[in-house]
Amino acid sequence: MTVESTAARKTTRRSSGTKRTASASTSTTKKTSTRAGAEATEPELVQLLTPEGERVQHPDYDIDLSAEELRGLYRDMVLTRRFDAEATSLQRQGELGLWASLLGQEAAQIGSGRALRDDDYVFPTYREHGVAWVRGVDPTNLLGMFRGVNHGGWDPSSNNFHLYTIVLGSQTLHATGYAMGIAKDGADSAVLAYFGDGASSQGDVNESFVFSAVYNAPVVFFCQNNQWAISEPIEKQTRVPLYQRAAGFGFPGVRVDGNDVLACLAVTRSALERARRGEGPTLIEAFTYRMAAHTTSDDPTRYRRDAERAEWEAKDPILRLKAYLENEGHADAAFFEALEAESEALGKNVREVVRAMPVPEHMAIFDHTYADGHALVDEERAQFAAYQASFAAGEGE
Amino acid sequence: MAVQNLPLAKALNESLRKALETDPKVVIMGLDVGKLGGVFRITDGLQKDFGEDRVVDTPLAESGIVGTAIGLALRGYRPIVEIQFDGFVFPAYDQIVTQLAKMRARSLGTVKMPVVIRIPYGGGIGAVEHHSESPESLFAHVAGLKVVTPANSSDAYWMLQQAIQSDDPVIFFEPKRRYWDKGEVDTEAFPGELHKARVAREGTDLTLAAYGPMVKTCLEAAAVAAEEGKSVEVVDLRSISPLDFDTIQASVEKTRRLVVVHEAPVFFGSGAEIAARITERCFYHLEAPVLRVGGYHAPYPPARLEEEYLPGLDRVLDAVDRSLAY
Repeated sequence: MTVESTAARKTTRRSSGTKRTASASTSTTKKTSTRAGAEATEPELVQLLTPEGERVQHPDYDIDLSAEELRGLYRDMVLTRRFDAEATSLQRQGELGLWASLLGQEAAQIGSGRALRDDDYVFPTYREHGVAWVRGVDPTNLLGMFRGVNHGGWDPSSNNFHLYTIVLGSQTLHATGYAMGIAKDGADSAVLAYFGDGASSQGDVNESFVFSAVYNAPVVFFCQNNQWAISEPIEKQTRVPLYQRAAGFGFPGVRVDGNDVLACLAVTRSALERARRGEGPTLIEAFTYRMAAHTTSDDPTRYRRDAERAEWEAKDPILRLKAYLENEGHADAAFFEALEAESEALGKNVREVVRAMPVPEHMAIFDHTYADGHALVDEERAQFAAYQASFAAGEGE
Repeated sequence: MAVQNLPLAKALNESLRKALETDPKVVIMGLDVGKLGGVFRITDGLQKDFGEDRVVDTPLAESGIVGTAIGLALRGYRPIVEIQFDGFVFPAYDQIVTQLAKMRARSLGTVKMPVVIRIPYGGGIGAVEHHSESPESLFAHVAGLKVVTPANSSDAYWMLQQAIQSDDPVIFFEPKRRYWDKGEVDTEAFPGELHKARVAREGTDLTLAAYGPMVKTCLEAAAVAAEEGKSVEVVDLRSISPLDFDTIQASVEKTRRLVVVHEAPVFFGSGAEIAARITERCFYHLEAPVLRVGGYHAPYPPARLEEEYLPGLDRVLDAVDRSLAY
């Protein structure tokens, strides 16, 4: 299916959706969550695998994966969840100062991440542990900042995976600039920029939409709408489904079942191909749920219902793929057992590496502030070294 | 044509042209920098000669301009960003402070950020609100940034060349009211160090330290003082971060008196930092406390009042007299 026909079809669907909205009072249209009593209709979302693990068709998106590829996606999600759980435990044990769990968002991250080519470039937030995994970033590298030994510290060019960005939405502009550079270079790679429903309110995200549209930059915006920005529900961020915002900027937007790894892969792959062809940006809204707290410092019992979490538990991204693999005979018991063992080994390794992670030397405070040096940094480094040395001298007395 | 007599604005233009010619990775970005040549014509003719891909008219969003410049730098480009006026940089302040300045440290030195942000700054041109401010201290306070400002055409040409070649982000403040002042530019001379101060006029009784637009004012004040029998040395600081304290110290050890002059408000201004450090370095040489002349702790006033707000010849000479009276 060509992109043109896809776009045309979407336009049709969107306009028919509008009509439905107009007659919503008498129709059977589902209302959105009653949290804010919103009148908007529930938009369609691309789904290829139901929560029960049933493979379904979508007119615009399809995917044909081998059993091995399907097992690979499953393995990615399971190992990512295991890594995430280990990190949460390490925080509880005092080994990490903080952890931002991705629990529940494995399909969104693995599906989108597996759509990338090696020469594509990723700009993550601080929660894209699953994307880091598929980019080949050593997962223990992600933990330095949460243990407090660095602010990231990996070389983004080694896996084309940029440093975690904590200020919400800032990275979407970096992604757009990087994509503008790809276009200037005449290359055919693309950029995948991650952000969340909270960050969608940021000026930088909206400016990145403007810049990428104006320059037709090869960037795909992947918004994981996990329904919550710490304690603020999605209704505090938007009156329209987030993917619909793209239309106002002049590029396509699509909502995908963020707990369906196949749909996330198919939709992201299609958007990246579109970007590579020079047809500009796409906004993907992955509709998912933050199953854990915002971070280990957060307490969701103060602001959200247990029932809501239970509803989303039934849509778990890993369980549905497992059901599919089993029903289709794509994976046997030996596969699941081996994966369980691999998970435990990963957890053990992460634990050991984190506990052994050295505290940097004191003088590292001054390192890497400038590339070409700075007289004041030199002066303060020397003063600090002399101050430190004064203790060593005192020890001999 | 190695030596030319150029207005400061034209020297900047020539410097940008040279950078575009010599490095294919140099990209100029900003509002109206293309066909218009920028509101001050600093990029005049560059888009025509180098194309829309190298001299890029951007959407009207400063955070977007700086944020995408960071992305281009990550891709290997050397973006030169023009912020149209001093008071319009603040939408980009977040990107500059939280991203541009910290990217290198965040990456433990694996990432370079060769981004130059040019900002026309300062008053004296009779402009409306937000067009006359001097926010240099707000950037000098941020580790990871370098902050420089030329006072004459030669420095405009060469300091911009050096800023573009730097692998660190440089905030390049241009003294807009001096854009039309002419000066000699030797485009084949060996330039001095970017972050070194320069003794602009020698003297023995007192040191005036200034930068950007105030260097000319201080030179004029020194000339008047000379008629009154006072020998005033003028130091053009050129670089605000890092600051060349060695040159100021050497001057103060000779003259024993220091007055710092800038357009920015005195409160928490660069003069405060200079006063503190020079007091520490030259405690036994000083015959008078370090005095400061600058803007007041009030919003930059309407144009009809700016002559009273800005340090002018008389206010500089008043501070010279007060220092010499100790």
